[in-house]
Amino acid sequence: MDFEDSPEEAAFRAEASAFLEREAPGFGGRGDVAAAKAWQGTKAEAGFAGITWPRRFGGRGGTPMQQVIWNQEEEKYQVPRGVFEIGLGMCVPTVMAYAEAAVCERLVGPALRGETIWCQLFSEPAAGSDVAGLRMRAEREGDGWRINGQKIWTSGAHFSDFGLLLARTDPSVPKHRGLTMFFVEMGSPGIEVRRIRQISGESNFNEVFFTNVWVPDGQRLGEVGDGWRVALTTLMHERLAIGSLPGPDFEDLLTLAQEIAIEGAPAIGNAAVRERLADWYVQSQGLEYTKWRAITALSRGQMPGPEASIYKLVSARKIQDLSGFALDLLGEAGLAAGGRFAEAWLQSPGGRIAGGTDEILRNIIAERVLGLPGDIRLDRDKPFNA
Amino acid sequence: MNFAFSEVAVQAGEAAREVLREAASGAARRAFGAGVDAALWARVRGLGWLGAAIPEAFGGSSLGEEGLCLIAEALGESLAPVPFAGGAYVAAPALLRFGSAAQQARWLPGIADGSVAAAWALSEGPGAPEARAVGTVFRDGALTGVKWPVVDGTLAQLALVVARDGAGEVGVYLAPLEGVSREALAGLDPSRGVARLAFERAPAELLASGWSAVEAVLARAAVFVAFEQLGGAHRALMMARDYALERQAFGRKIGSFQAVKHKLADVYVAIELARSHAFYAVWAMMAEAPDFLRAAAAARVAATRAFEMAAAETIQVHGGMGFTWDSDCHLFYRRSKHLALCLGGIGYWKDILVRTLEQRNAA
Ligand SMILES: Cc1cc2nc3c(=O)[nH]c(=O)nc-3n(C[C@H](O)[C@H](O)[C@H](O)COP(=O)(O)OP(=O)(O)OC[C@H]3O[C@@H](n4cnc5c(N)ncnc54)[C@H](O)[C@@H]3O)c2cc1C
Repeated sequence: MDFEDSPEEAAFRAEASAFLEREAPGFGGRGDVAAAKAWQGTKAEAGFAGITWPRRFGGRGGTPMQQVIWNQEEEKYQVPRGVFEIGLGMCVPTVMAYAEAAVCERLVGPALRGETIWCQLFSEPAAGSDVAGLRMRAEREGDGWRINGQKIWTSGAHFSDFGLLLARTDPSVPKHRGLTMFFVEMGSPGIEVRRIRQISGESNFNEVFFTNVWVPDGQRLGEVGDGWRVALTTLMHERLAIGSLPGPDFEDLLTLAQEIAIEGAPAIGNAAVRERLADWYVQSQGLEYTKWRAITALSRGQMPGPEASIYKLVSARKIQDLSGFALDLLGEAGLAAGGRFAEAWLQSPGGRIAGGTDEILRNIIAERVLGLPGDIRLDRDKPFNA
Repeated sequence: MNFAFSEVAVQAGEAAREVLREAASGAARRAFGAGVDAALWARVRGLGWLGAAIPEAFGGSSLGEEGLCLIAEALGESLAPVPFAGGAYVAAPALLRFGSAAQQARWLPGIADGSVAAAWALSEGPGAPEARAVGTVFRDGALTGVKWPVVDGTLAQLALVVARDGAGEVGVYLAPLEGVSREALAGLDPSRGVARLAFERAPAELLASGWSAVEAVLARAAVFVAFEQLGGAHRALMMARDYALERQAFGRKIGSFQAVKHKLADVYVAIELARSHAFYAVWAMMAEAPDFLRAAAAARVAATRAFEMAAAETIQVHGGMGFTWDSDCHLFYRRSKHLALCLGGIGYWKDILVRTLEQRNAA
């Protein structure tokens, strides 16, 4: 066992950190979309965007390990990058896997350079966890498709240029078989984006209405009726992001427990507080070490499997519990506290829902890792419109 | 980054698992009352596992700590009822860390070949490990005091005894157990023996002085025991999984009920987090990292929780069958508590964990 980089890894890390040291401070603390685009462009120019992507699309042609090293180094800086996570992490890789070369050449470069932003148009009012139950209808019309219906919870749709769209092309077959994947230009006539306000008061996600939107057949990804398989490619890319959810971590709670007093002494001396601190250290540091095991596997060329569901399952819940406990420690002062714990506590329920709910992730572990039976699916073999 | 075990260590663990699959089958139950399965113990002694982390100069195999960890995991998985821990996890690492050349030469070869079984004697009754609870005294080269419960106390040849000297300083002493009066106690896990040892001017010599030495010995042992706990937890989870795939209720496999699936997913998560901590702790031990004590405490807390959770939920999944004497579930349940208590309970280790964080932040 060792935690050393290989010589090649060390060289890449040095290169990455020199670049970051030089460029990142200029973007520190800025969260707006323009700043994010500029940062992405700066990275792309230096060859640090799309690290694992093929060179012919402007990527670096590097290894997943280099991506991990880049993430580790970039996380040390407060650079704006959230708006690209869904697009570059999931949507564009799906395009690269299924679109023709000419299409890729047109779309991938601008996305990589931060000139365009992509969103993921999967969830609908009646289809979230059960996303294959979606209703958005795409009907053949000439050399293209006419699209009608509604998407919801679409993060970043309000500033996106493109969307990865899963729609139903054949309602007469069972639900998983009647789906087809497309990409759409968000500026197309008939698309209307309405912001949704979240419990935190912010509006990061949207409803997206499609009214007679025309999409040429050239924007189809994969075969007609094969959309579910294409969607699984998208969701698989989620697992490759062995990152961490943003939010206060164990160390922030530890500091708070040393600063706040209970009965005239630092809270950390209190037995109940110590007990909880120990539990969270075990959770958060355990997750960190689990990532190291995954990174080791990745560096040996193994791809993450369903066991990767553990990261979000543990960390989303941990952020909620930990920030809630921090508010408890503040006592009545917590009532008035803004600040990162309150903010994280308000954001945290979303983390347990987005990208697969806690319950769905437990199902994945139980079924795909432990080999337990799937849930009973009453609608699986019935035609969707039956 | 290479956060994984060496190939040799992995092979040693697999070989151990292979042997134990047959050799330890049913052994825990056979050992009930005796606290040891003599045939299995003879077999284990012959395989050289005890000396895995002992240098060749002292009769060990120099396989290393990583190898010993994976052997421990296999022992835990099979619930092997053998007096392995006292020598391999406690005494040998303590002698290698603190012993004089003479002490190492005297004891390590016997520990390596199993002719010397060792026991850890800290507890003197209820309560968490702490210096002020140590009443056993060392005076004029001899120990006087009562230790209980001492795991493998009846059959061990050597004990590592925590006692206080004339100046009040606590330390770890090496005490040959010949002539020491010992009484077997009924154990919570009857497949593992526990005893009361009454030292009355029993000859002994100092191994290491200070409470920090006591904790250092405990921490090393905790890492190896964590791997036994992981092995036990994994086996318990697999038993529950297998039963859930076989047992039918309401016209379906019970493993198709989400209450069962999600429970087992949670057990899986607890085991994987514990495994990651245990990996880090063995690295920190080998590298003599400054955060080793914290790493050991975290591994101990996580592994204890994982095994106790797995063992309890396995009974639950087995229903009434799991509550019977004839099912193996209670063997895991008992062993999980035995291992949870044998080096000080979980509260003690949580406190070490937080204490070491406070010390780090104060530095
Ligand atoms: C902050 C945020 C950002 C999002 N961004 C996007 C985005 O960019 N693009 C996009 O397409 N979607 C996005 N989503 C949608 C997200 O994927 C869905 O909300 C999620 O999959 C859950 O679907 P649902 O909201 O319809 O809840 P439901 O699926 O209706 O679930 C409701 C409850 O039922 C439980 N449940 C459902 N099925 C099962 C089952 N089989 N077993 C046990 N329990 C079950 C769930 O766990 C949950 O607790 C986002 C959501 C959030 C909160």
